[in-house]
Amino acid sequence: MANSGARSFLQAVATEEVATPLRVVQIEGLVVLKIIKHCKELSPALVTGQLLGLDVGSVLEVTNCFPFPIREEDEEIEAEGANYQLEMMRCLREVNVDNNTVGWYQSTLYGSFQTVELIETFMNYQENIRRCVCIIYDPSRSNQGVLALKALKLSDSFMELYRSNNFTGEQLRERNLSWVDIFEEIPIKVSNSALISAFMTELEPDTHVNQCDYDRLQLSTHPYLERNMEFLVECMDDLSMEQQKFQYYYRNLSRQQTQQQAWLQKRRAENMARRAAGEEPLPEEDPSNPIFKPIPEPSRLDSFLITNQVATYCNQINGVVGQSFSRLSLMKALHES
Amino acid sequence: MASGGPTVLQFPQASTNLTAKIHPLVIFNICDCFVRRPDQAERVIGTLLGSVLPDGTVDIRNCYAVPHNESSDQVALDIDYHHNMLSSQQKVNPREAIVGWFSTGSGVTGGSALIHDFYSREVPNPVHLTVDTGFKDEGRTIKAFVSVNLSLGDQQLAAQFQEIPLDLRMVEAERVGFDILKTTTVDRLPGDLEGMEATMERLLALIDDVYKYVDNVVEGRVAPDNNIGRFISDTVASLPKFSPQAFNKLVNDSFQDHSLVLYLSSIARTQLSLAQTLNTAAQLL
Repeated sequence: MANSGARSFLQAVATEEVATPLRVVQIEGLVVLKIIKHCKELSPALVTGQLLGLDVGSVLEVTNCFPFPIREEDEEIEAEGANYQLEMMRCLREVNVDNNTVGWYQSTLYGSFQTVELIETFMNYQENIRRCVCIIYDPSRSNQGVLALKALKLSDSFMELYRSNNFTGEQLRERNLSWVDIFEEIPIKVSNSALISAFMTELEPDTHVNQCDYDRLQLSTHPYLERNMEFLVECMDDLSMEQQKFQYYYRNLSRQQTQQQAWLQKRRAENMARRAAGEEPLPEEDPSNPIFKPIPEPSRLDSFLITNQVATYCNQINGVVGQSFSRLSLMKALHES
Repeated sequence: MASGGPTVLQFPQASTNLTAKIHPLVIFNICDCFVRRPDQAERVIGTLLGSVLPDGTVDIRNCYAVPHNESSDQVALDIDYHHNMLSSQQKVNPREAIVGWFSTGSGVTGGSALIHDFYSREVPNPVHLTVDTGFKDEGRTIKAFVSVNLSLGDQQLAAQFQEIPLDLRMVEAERVGFDILKTTTVDRLPGDLEGMEATMERLLALIDDVYKYVDNVVEGRVAPDNNIGRFISDTVASLPKFSPQAFNKLVNDSFQDHSLVLYLSSIARTQLSLAQTLNTAAQLL
């Protein structure tokens, strides 16, 4: 009785979960601070950590996190890393922290996070946890007075395609998947317990200006902009490399097709002659001939990712330039008055 | 007391000149631990991590809670847990060492000396941080203590907790923006331009304030204050002196640079969206 009740409850939960898509990631202020601290202290090294929390309906609550030590390419240390993770989870459980992995966080420099590794990590996580997110924090951008946090997940259609590992143009067209559809950004909500809110209100009276304002009014954005442009140019180079790969492929493909046509015509003419002579016609296909071997189509994944990356850089540049414009106008107005 | 001779109650010489600096994360973490404390527990206890800066300031940067059991006159800390957690934390950041311990509740209680003793064996001169989660003591909810020995002759009598100044300025938190840390829920992170707008509004308000003040002084409504006057004149003087042409040229050049970059990135973006549409629309081969 109790058993069947529990099962139906579980089933109910399972069906419900499928039905509601993830809409909001709700992060505790504590997690925000922890992520910032970890990423900033070890910047410019790129770091990662695990997010713990709860999955409630369409909201994914991130209530705690812990950092990973910097990874090294060594089997032994890797095993130690896994131990560390288990140990940490056990320890946190003892002090009543939600011990449910909901994803991971990582730092990035100038938004250059769209890599194949990220997708692979995503797929690894996704195997165990149906709903996971990756929170990306950019310390370089935060120096400009912006809280550069982003929550990402892979779109379902992309994941399906990735599992089948078939990134041909035809497949992509069939599923109507383009580079914008790889990642889905999920809106972030920040929450704090009432206790923390009370403490912050008590400790920090309302001020007219804060550090954020100073950072925002900083006139020199050139280093940031320059780095962004550099990355953009690099990406463009990569993109044109990818494009050349495709051109090469298509050239080969069309050459092969003309060869096939020529071969076919020859064979038909031959068959005609044979028929005229009263002999058995030869088959019109010959799998052993090298010109019929299909040329593998290069994967579009790389070019998709690069395109995505370019788009990110463009957005960042636009954002920064927009800010600069307002700063310059402000400067001008100040100087004139 | 031991055999003859006058014994002197020795008070510690001049108060220690230690100060402590606390990272907002620590407060957040302590609050979180307190909210998640076990049912019957009245307070949480834990270890503080950080480092001692060259000038003697204790920089408290991280912390973790340690489970404990408390009865009327006994405190039992889970020492294994403490050591496990410490080694895990140090794998991530080896520079953070134990600097002391924290407890919620107001001020020092009876059991504190015992725990302090334990931490004294881990690190010389630990700091004891108390966070009053009940807000009993108006305005002073977070305090830091060090322990000094009170001895009579050679004999140690007791340990005395002495409060040390605590620096609660939160540059880290400022960067995140109090707006999102103060309230219980924020639906959306502020974007680039919204932040800029808020900043400009604040700047304008400040300038207005200065204007008002100067006007008031000039008209004799407010007693002039030399210090404020100097600050204002310093601020005005810090604007570099340019001829209008030079300034215009500078601003316009910057504008043009930025426009060029903007143009370039917009072109790239347009190109991308164009390629995308073509790619999905065209029936290649």
